[in-house]
Amino acid sequence: MADFVLYLRLFQYGFRRHSTYLAAALAGAFTNTVFGVLRAYVLIALWEARPGLAGYTLTEAVTFCFLTQGFIGPMQVFGRGLSFGDRIRSGDIAFDLVRPAPLLLWSLSEDLGRAAYLTLARSLPPSIAGAVMFTMIGPVSPWFAVSFVLGVVVSFGWRYLVTLTACWTTDDRGVHTLSSLLTFFFSGMVLPLGLFPGWLRTVAEASPFAAMVQVPADVWLGAEPAWSALGFQLFWVVALLGLGALATSAARRKVVVQGG
Amino acid sequence: MIETMSLGRDFKVRGVVVPAVHDLTFGVAAGEFVGCLGPNGAGKSTTIKMLTGILTPTRGRALVAGLDPARQRKALARRIGVVFGQRTTLWWDLPLRDSFELVRLLYKVDRNRFGTRLAELTEVLELGPFLKTPVRQLSLGQRMRGDITAALLHDPEVLVLDEPTIGLDVVAKAEVRSFLARLNADRGTTVLLTTHDLGDVERLCRRVLLIDHGRLAFDGSVAELRALVPGQESIEDVVAHLYLSSTRAAPRTPRRTPDADPPTVTA
Repeated sequence: MADFVLYLRLFQYGFRRHSTYLAAALAGAFTNTVFGVLRAYVLIALWEARPGLAGYTLTEAVTFCFLTQGFIGPMQVFGRGLSFGDRIRSGDIAFDLVRPAPLLLWSLSEDLGRAAYLTLARSLPPSIAGAVMFTMIGPVSPWFAVSFVLGVVVSFGWRYLVTLTACWTTDDRGVHTLSSLLTFFFSGMVLPLGLFPGWLRTVAEASPFAAMVQVPADVWLGAEPAWSALGFQLFWVVALLGLGALATSAARRKVVVQGG
Repeated sequence: MIETMSLGRDFKVRGVVVPAVHDLTFGVAAGEFVGCLGPNGAGKSTTIKMLTGILTPTRGRALVAGLDPARQRKALARRIGVVFGQRTTLWWDLPLRDSFELVRLLYKVDRNRFGTRLAELTEVLELGPFLKTPVRQLSLGQRMRGDITAALLHDPEVLVLDEPTIGLDVVAKAEVRSFLARLNADRGTTVLLTTHDLGDVERLCRRVLLIDHGRLAFDGSVAELRALVPGQESIEDVVAHLYLSSTRAAPRTPRRTPDADPPTVTA
């Protein structure tokens, strides 16, 4: 019970911490909206030339565009790591690792708070703008809410692992650049994954990145049976959080037992 | 209250085993106020980390409040308070008050006890004016008082401080010192601190441990420490003399290089 209160409080703090940077969130929302409009026109041109591409109608493609623009904030599509990355570099992580609360759950709670705030500040504006300026389809499946949260958790699981790599690499900037490239490309942010050719499509659709953007968007559009989409996301949640827990104990061993 | 028996800790630096602490045996009784001196790289912080369960010893053992720090870290955390002068356990973006609330939940401190204790500490350490300020906006002196409060909210029997006065101005230093002295005198809290500030030692510590090359080089009162080097007026000169002579007399052991400092995770 006390533990639950702790994690609830961490969730609130994650929310509040990000709400102090209101100007940054609004600037992000504005950028996401403007790029959403640009992307929408590219997609409209594409779909007018080739109707029914990737199995989407024109309206579905435009909906997909603004929906995924709204995912950039909560799913951290540009792949920035978690806040404890700095504490790894400074060595303060040693103190976090010996706290009587697991780092994984700790940062998950905080990150869910962050995502909740960014959903309000950075997902709603582009979605509303898209609905006003173009025609958009509302959510077909009520399971979208679940899929959205699972997408955030998959994104967290991935970024947690990326952040922890700093324990083994002196400079983690390379890993972060690679992560944001992978996430941006394979999540469906650039183009719906259905447009990817052959094996690239197979790889992209099986990747955890698809679970962050493509799958929740498809659930919104009702494009596939919700249970298989949610099952796919759940698989990546379990896999990434499991790996995260293993990596945490490896990091703790390295810090506490070997001393770096 | 604190007991170490042939405590030792090695670090592996680029494949070479470097002992940071060799063979350290000492005891601290309940209610004592002990200062730990030693040149940079002598093994003070490594010792503190072993006593608080952050590092596992390579050799020997330690007992703090009757517990083995490495094995019973969580139980120990509820009975000791730890402050690292160069680091903070507070949450950077949160108001000080919220950091304390997290500490309360983390260490499962009863809400009423927490309220009373925080009120006391707020008064004594004069935290009132900046309880609602985010930690990143605090001055170093304010942050240090915040860190000390966070370490004492669960009313520990032992307080361990690693360079608590580092970087503080004279006024802030005096405030921290008088608070620690009162804590020790009024509540009987056992205090062990490491420092390079000999003012801390002269004003606070009834007993001094001098650690050099990972070994105990001296254990006694400040007066006895002075007596070791006759003819030196200031305590600074006495300690400087001891550091220098021990470096010459002791067999050269490999010293740790600064980039291999234990807390950094990057090996």
